[in-house]
Amino acid sequence: MKQKKQLIKGNHAIGKAAIEAGCNFYAGYPITPQNELTEYMAKHMRLNKRPFVQAESEVSAINMVFGAGAGDARAMTSSSSPGVSLKQEGISYIAGAELPCVIVNMVRGGPGLGNIAGAQSDYFQSTRGGGHGDYRLIVFGPNSVQELYDFTMKAFDYADKYRMPVMILGDGYLGQMMESYIPHKYEPIKNLPKKKWALTGCKGRKKNIVKTLYLTPENALEEHNLKLNEKYKKIQKEIQMYEKANADDGEIIVVSYGTASRVVKNVIEFFNKNSKKKIGMFRPISLWPFPATALRNLKCKKFLVVEMSMGQMIEDVKLALFGKKDVTVNLIKRPGGMIPTEDEIKDKIEKMIG
Amino acid sequence: MKSKKNNNKFSKKIYKRPESLTKVHTHYCPGCGHGIIHKLICEVVDELDIREKMIAIAPVGCGVFAYNYWDFDTSEAAHGRTPAVATGLKRVNPDKIVMSYQGDGDLAAIGTAEIIHAANRGENITVIFVNNAIYGMTGGQMAPTTLMKQRSTTTPFGREPVDGYPIRVCELLSVLEGTTYLERTSVAQPKDVIKTRRAIKKAFEIQIENKGFSLIEVLSMCPTNWKMDAIESCRYVEEKMKKIFPLGVIKDKTGENEKNNTNRCMQ
Repeated sequence: MKQKKQLIKGNHAIGKAAIEAGCNFYAGYPITPQNELTEYMAKHMRLNKRPFVQAESEVSAINMVFGAGAGDARAMTSSSSPGVSLKQEGISYIAGAELPCVIVNMVRGGPGLGNIAGAQSDYFQSTRGGGHGDYRLIVFGPNSVQELYDFTMKAFDYADKYRMPVMILGDGYLGQMMESYIPHKYEPIKNLPKKKWALTGCKGRKKNIVKTLYLTPENALEEHNLKLNEKYKKIQKEIQMYEKANADDGEIIVVSYGTASRVVKNVIEFFNKNSKKKIGMFRPISLWPFPATALRNLKCKKFLVVEMSMGQMIEDVKLALFGKKDVTVNLIKRPGGMIPTEDEIKDKIEKMIG
Repeated sequence: MKSKKNNNKFSKKIYKRPESLTKVHTHYCPGCGHGIIHKLICEVVDELDIREKMIAIAPVGCGVFAYNYWDFDTSEAAHGRTPAVATGLKRVNPDKIVMSYQGDGDLAAIGTAEIIHAANRGENITVIFVNNAIYGMTGGQMAPTTLMKQRSTTTPFGREPVDGYPIRVCELLSVLEGTTYLERTSVAQPKDVIKTRRAIKKAFEIQIENKGFSLIEVLSMCPTNWKMDAIESCRYVEEKMKKIFPLGVIKDKTGENEKNNTNRCMQ
């Protein structure tokens, strides 16, 4: 039977997807604007007889997730920017120890306490690793409640497949908004590996060790770093997700992700209807790996990046286009919880057309 | 027949390496207490036949390499987060035996929040807390349990009030509803080593019986960073540390012998 559309809040959609995808450990700490997710998990994990812990801190929550992930669970934690900063220690250890877990960041304005409005200012922190050491996370930047739901389910699979943390990078607006979505059955990706490395007691096998310390540089830590890097290169080949419209013959391509891309979509539709000029859009969905190849392959010479931060994703756009002749990249930036307006994007496009 | 019996008699094993203890050379300094404590844990694990159920967490500090010696599943943890990692492991493996092995810097300084809240939730885990009043691995800095006037590389003239006072972890945790069993022991003399073994066994039994959080604080020696020889450092535990950290059962909520000696050291 075909599932009907339902109305749901973004934060709840993530919780629902997590429960359905078999999340069997959750630890969190209250922080706005993601509280509804922690509260949803508090209720539904208990109803499903799965462990839920309200941790004493974000630091503790992510380390509980480290333990649960090491112990063969599908573990998740969620927070918002200041809390995710606190989690960076644990994320580095989880990446180093190659443990699976899902981390949700409902980004709010920063730096410091900033505010509780949605923002995209944690792009660097998320896509560059965030904590100490050479590592990466798989980062998804959904732009709708439906995608929050879909990518949360996918996140658990990718975490298990690649043995690494996967982050859902939403924002306060996506978390708080209510929107229709179509629920569907969770279908795991095929051939997920068995977790032979997990700590479950050494019955019938040799002991397992989960560690991040490789004291000697030679033949130990460097080797470990190179091994991680091989994995990251593989993921870069296998995951490059994006959405595009009018992108192959657009005169100007607007690049944006998440909430900002919803505004851009309206602008593109406006130009489609009211202008002879073809304006296209390119929306990265996987923020790491950044869909660089697809972006680079576009013929367009003029790009406009629209983001709710002071110019973070634009660096990945420029890296993707590096060395291409006569390419210009412009930027519209609205930090601090502001959303770019359709008008300012239209004005900028008009100016770029000249 | 008779002679064979005699042979057996002469070759009777009265002491052996516990099966859970691997056959490798130690990296610990001469006179260090970790080796004794590792062995006691392994003896108890063997005795209770729980090796295949064990999941241990090694701390940041000298004990980080504990997994080289223990022949059971072990994880590292970030500095001080050991009880949080233990919480995650135990919640998803409630039928396994989870042990958090921590030093004084790990447990009583950077990991204060984690240990207090794991204890307060009454997590059904066993914590072995090695208190040698100093940071060992980093080279002898002041620990939260460093004694007053004790010299360290960061209290070169001795610990003063401005540096804070030695924290009595067992007493601190004893006021929390969530704690089931708290005992302080020592490995500075054979009599106390035997008591430590007994305490560790009791702590594991409590977990096996799902009775909740237990912590055994073990006073231990660090000759290298105390700048003493092994015998002198044992004497230091006896004469100085025991005065500040009195041995004994601090709290026992397990039943017949219920007691809470929280106020003892304040009298």
